[in-house]
This record gives sequence, C-alpha cells and structure tokens, in this order.
Amino acid sequence: MPINYFLILSAFLFCAGAYGVLARRNSVLVLMSIELMLNAVNLNLVAFSTQVQNVSGQVFALFVITIAAAEVGIGLAIVLLIYRNLRSPDLDRVEQLKG
Amino acid sequence: MLDNVWIIPLIMAVSYLLILFFGRRLPKKGAEIGIVAIGASFILACITAVQWIDKVEGAVGKEGGGHSGLAALGHSVVAAATGAPEIEPVVNGFTWWQNNRVEFVVGSRVDGLVVMMLFVVTLISLLVHVYSTAYMHEDRRFTHYYAALSLFSASMLLLVISANLLQLLVGWELVGLCSFMLIGHWWEEKPNSDAALKAFLTTRTGDVGLMCGVIIVFFAANSFDISVINEYALSPEANHGLLQWASIALMFAIMGKSGQFFLHTWLPDAMAGPTPVSALIHAATMVVAGVYLGLRLYPVFWEGFSIHAGGMNMMAIIGGVTILIGAALAFVQNDIKKVLAYSTISQLGYMVMALGVGAWLGAAFHLFTHAFFKACLFLGAGSISHSATHHSFDMREMGGLRKPMPITFWTFLIGTVALAGIFPFAGFWSKDEILATADQGDFQVFMIVGLVGAAMTAAYMTRCVYLTFFGKYRGHHHPHESTPAITVPLVVLAVLSLVAGLIQSAPFEIKKFQEWFEQVGGLPEEMIVPKFDYGLAAISVSLATLAIGFAAFFFFRREERGALKGLTERNKLAHAGYRFLEKKYYLDDLYEGVIVSSVKGPIARASYWFNMHVIDGVVNGVGRGAARLGRWTYDVFDQDLVDGAVNDIGRETAMAGGGMTKLQSGRLQRYALLLLASVGIIGLAVYIVNIA
Repeated sequence: MPINYFLILSAFLFCAGAYGVLARRNSVLVLMSIELMLNAVNLNLVAFSTQVQNVSGQVFALFVITIAAAEVGIGLAIVLLIYRNLRSPDLDRVEQLKG
Repeated sequence: MLDNVWIIPLIMAVSYLLILFFGRRLPKKGAEIGIVAIGASFILACITAVQWIDKVEGAVGKEGGGHSGLAALGHSVVAAATGAPEIEPVVNGFTWWQNNRVEFVVGSRVDGLVVMMLFVVTLISLLVHVYSTAYMHEDRRFTHYYAALSLFSASMLLLVISANLLQLLVGWELVGLCSFMLIGHWWEEKPNSDAALKAFLTTRTGDVGLMCGVIIVFFAANSFDISVINEYALSPEANHGLLQWASIALMFAIMGKSGQFFLHTWLPDAMAGPTPVSALIHAATMVVAGVYLGLRLYPVFWEGFSIHAGGMNMMAIIGGVTILIGAALAFVQNDIKKVLAYSTISQLGYMVMALGVGAWLGAAFHLFTHAFFKACLFLGAGSISHSATHHSFDMREMGGLRKPMPITFWTFLIGTVALAGIFPFAGFWSKDEILATADQGDFQVFMIVGLVGAAMTAAYMTRCVYLTFFGKYRGHHHPHESTPAITVPLVVLAVLSLVAGLIQSAPFEIKKFQEWFEQVGGLPEEMIVPKFDYGLAAISVSLATLAIGFAAFFFFRREERGALKGLTERNKLAHAGYRFLEKKYYLDDLYEGVIVSSVKGPIARASYWFNMHVIDGVVNGVGRGAARLGRWTYDVFDQDLVDGAVNDIGRETAMAGGGMTKLQSGRLQRYALLLLASVGIIGLAVYIVNIA
C-alpha cells in the first residue's frame, strides 16, 4: 500500500479537526476536534514508521496518545468550569481577555 | 591621634546625621549632640596638636639644633635657618579606586599647618555652637541649623586633613554647600535666599578654577597627592608653563572662596545669614579655605607666579587691591556686620598678598590670629543685635552701649585693637610678620599697601566702635548685657585675641608658631625668614594709632557740636570753621565716613558704585547670558530635538499598539485561526525557499 493513502487520510482528518476547532462554538466539540488533529498526527507517525522500518515512530504515537489522555482530562475540566461560570458551553462568550 | 586624625571629621559627620534624625525629639532640640560632638573634636584636635608639638620638640632635642639628613637633601632651608630639623608629615590612606596605574587615595595628612587649622576650626566652631544656643533660641529651624553647623565643621575638617587634591575638592564643595544652607537659613525672606544663591554661584565660579587647576596639576605632576605635587613643583624638571596655568586657575578658586577682588561681592551679602554663622564663615571655615589652599599648594604658586623673583605677581596684586578696596568700602557701611564683612575681605587680602610676597608664615599666622579677633568681633555684633537692637545691625540705631553691655564692649574693643594691629595684640604680630617679609623680600610696594591698609583698618574700626558704643543710644529698645552663653565665647576669644600673637613674637625670642606649624614638608628653600624690624613695627603701630586718634578726635568733636554752636554764632572766623565742619558733617551723613574728605568720600563711593554696578553688572550679565543660552538650549535642543525624538518614538509605539489591540479580540478561535494562518504562511515561505 502506498504511503500516500495514509497521508491523504491523515490530511483529511487534520483539516476536519482544524475546521472543527475554528468553526464550532460548542467547547466540547472543539475539544473533540483537537483529538481528531492529534490522531491525524498519530496516523502520520505510524505510517512513516512502517515506511522506514523504524519502531520509534510507533513509540512516539503511544506517547502522544498518553499525553492526549491527560490533555483531555484538563480540557474537560476547563470546559466544565466554563459551563459553570457562564451557564453555557459556548466558546464565543469566553472573551473576558479582550484587549 | 596623628594616624587617626580622620576620626575628627567623622565625629562631626555622624553628629550631623544624628541631629537630623533624632534632634527634634531631644529636650534641647539637637544642640546637645552638636556641642558634645564639636567638644570631642576640639579635645581630639588638641591631643593631635600636643602630639605633633611633642614630635617636633622631640626631634629638635634629639638633633640638638643641627641640620638633619633631610635638610642636607635640600628639603628645608627654612627649617635649617631656624636650626630645627625637618619633620615629615604623617600621611595615611587607602586606595579608593584604581584606574590604569593611577591610584586614587583617600587619606589623612597631619603636619604643622593641618594641626594649626584643626585647632582653629574646632575651637571657633565649638564657641559658635555654644553661642548659638542663646542666639538662635526658639528659632524656626533650630534643629536644622545645628545639623548644618555640624556638617559645615565636618566638611571643613575633611578639607583640612585631605592628603590629596580630589579629597580636598570634595571638602571644598561641601563647605560651599553648607555655607549656602546656612546663609539662606531664613530663606522665607527673598533677600536672604538671594544672598545664599549669590554666595553659592559666585564661589562656584571660582570652583571652576579649582577644577581646572587640579586637572592641570594632575597632568603636570601625574598625581593628586599633595606631597608629590609640592615636590614636583620645586624639582628642576617641573614644567613651568603648566605650573603657571595651574596657579592662575587655582588663584581663581582662592578669589572665589576667600572673597578676593573681583569675586568678593558675595561676602557682604552673606551677612544675611545668622550672625554666629557669619563668625564661623569668616573666621574658621569657608573663606579661609581659599587661603588654606594657597598655603597647602604653596610651592605650585611659588614656581607658577615666580614669587622668588620679587617685584609683581598676580597673587600679590590681587591681595593688595583687595586690602584697599575692602577697607575703603568698610567706611561707607551703616550695617555693623557689613563693616566687619568688608574688613574680612580686606584682611583676607592681607593673607593672599602675604602669600604673593613669599610670606607663607605670615599668611598662616595672620589666618590664625584673624580667626580669633574676627570671630570675637562678629559674635560681639551678634550680642548687640540680640540684646540691644532686636536683630537690627544698623549702627544708626546703636550708640552708647558701653554702659549697659560692658562685657560686649570690652571684648569688642579688644577685638578692634587686635584687628587694628596695636602692640601687643594678636593682629600686630601677624601683620608685622607679613610687612617685614614684604619689606625684606623686594616687595616694598606691597609693604606700603599693607601699611595704608593697616591705617585704614584702624580708622574704620574706630568709627564702628564709636557709633556702636559711644555717644547716645539711638535705638528704641532697652539694651542689656547678653546671657553667659554669649558672653563666655566672647571672653574666650578676646583673651585669645590678646595673647595669640605672642607665640610668634620675635623681640621676646619666641618663635613657637614657626617652630611648630611651619613643618609642612617641602616649602620652597629660598623663602625669606624675616628679621624683626623695630622701625617698621614702630611705623605700622604709630600709623594705626594715628588713624585711631584722628578718627576718635573727629567723632568726639562731633559730639560736642552743641557747645561749638554758641561760639560759631558769635565769632565770624569760628562760624566759617563751623560751616566747614558742618559741610564735612554733611559728607559724613552722606557716606558715614571717618576720614571723609573731599577726596576720600567720592573714592569710597565710586568704588562702592563700581562694586555694585560694574562688577555686579558683569556678574549679572554673565548670569543673564548663561540663562539665555540655557533657555535657547532648552527650547531648541531639549524641547524640540531630544524631547521631539522621544515623543515621536512614543507616539509611533502607541499607534502601533493601538492597531494591534484589534487583534486582541479575546476570542479563542480567532487566536487559533491566526496561529494556523501564521504557521501556514511560514510553512509556505519555508517551502518556497527550499524549492528556490
């Protein structure tokens, strides 16, 4: 299987994630989109790892998954706080830092 | 004590801080700290003096009057002439900082001159401290006054003990600052703060000379150390041209600080300060700093002005002119303090002229004796204003104070006689030392100037005493004698004015002043040691007595005018004489002159006019010019160029920042978009660069 297939899929996933991060209003969905982008990167890592026959890429992917789990933990906590303070998960209303 | 003399100024500096921070809370408002500190300093100064004298006497005893090895090296023909060996000054110090082989040392130096100065400064300062407790009683800023007095003494002592010129410069400037603070003590009144400013700026003008002089001397001798400089100046390889410029620059410093013609105008105005301060400024600190500089760096002046050649030199001319101008101006003053101020100018002229004619010893000795009688006179004037005229110094409001104020009268009289130079009071010996040196050292012109000055001094002081203590009381208060805090310092100073001269009295074979205090390490070899000249002494004393007699006769006759009147109305000849006398009185009313004649009055008036208009005009003109230049610099350079550039940069930054605030929307997703877009643009750029 040519590596291009993986890369195209990964690019699609990344773009979908980026779109979600930039366009969605619901903070939970933004968080999920970030996960999509991370997994796109993971797919890339694994694809290149098999391509060059080097296992370190796959190890790296495992690390990313671990970190992503932690990141989701913090992210959900933040989302929860946003919801508690603003009575809505809407990200557009979080603009207290406006200059 | 000879090694640790730095403790003396340190005590006064600490006292300054203590008074400043804790003075207000103390029962005596800080005066007690000041008095204890200056008392301790005085005792330490006495110990230093005794140890120094011991050292000198011990060396004399050991050498048995023979020439020491150092004398043979050519360091001290002066010492050899008196049969005493040279005593090396005690110098201590540590390196302050170092720059490319040039070391800047902070340290102390003890020699005869320093010991003498320490004694004079601490003694006068102590008496002024005591005196001020009564004089400044319940003053608005009593505590600050005492703090400033302490700092004043500290700075002067620092100046005196400096072993190098940089340290001397620091003390010099501090002295100027303190005199500014004290002259303007009652700054609420405009004339007082003006006077303080004038004193500060005029002496600063001279200080530029000191700065230049120190720099020139440094480049000539490659050192700031006083011993090294003096040795260099006397050595054959000295650069005469450089020394000449250095002496001229340093002369400016002396003129500014010691009130020499034509930078003397600040001194009479400085009378705006409290009277004890005037006494301190005129006797012990401030104005003697200039003369001290002359004494300290005497070899530089000696070589720079070629004093050994005789004839004329800048130093002697300026001193001589100052004697006459100061004495002439003293005739036309109504303010007793101004009479004394012009008298100080004249006497400082004596000291500078003495330096100019090679009378180092005479200058130092006159500084020593003058300190006592001038402080006595100033404190006496203060006593009068404190207890008889309610802080007025106008002699027209005094008169007849002899009876109610006997102590003030007698001490003032002793001070006057000492100032006039009557045998055997202090002023006689020091004046005679100067005149004899001038006479025997080929400076006859200046000897005559000195004699004329002495006669004038005697006359104007007689006028001053007459107007103050004789005749009828013309004021509107009830004069009474002052309290002991005022009279005790007066008595001490009067006794010193009486006897201080005797420690250097040639006819009695006493030369202690020379023996003890001329040991300063490296004075010019060719300096003349004058022999006592009975003829000259007789001339100077008889001139002074004549002047006193003439002035006294003039004034006491005026008192009898009432008796004369009846006679003049009957007798035609007497009437003409009376008209003549009355005309004289008319002049007298105009100028308040003593030997006022048709010549004398206009000269005094003209010199006063010249003083007030031309010299002040030049000073004011320079000031105004400087102000205009400053204004122009401020407008064009500072405001437009510098401020403009600074403001423009600020404005641009602000505008750029204002534009950027739009980016700070606070919306998370817009930030993310910007982030992504930037990464995309950078990635694209890297891609393009890599391809190309």
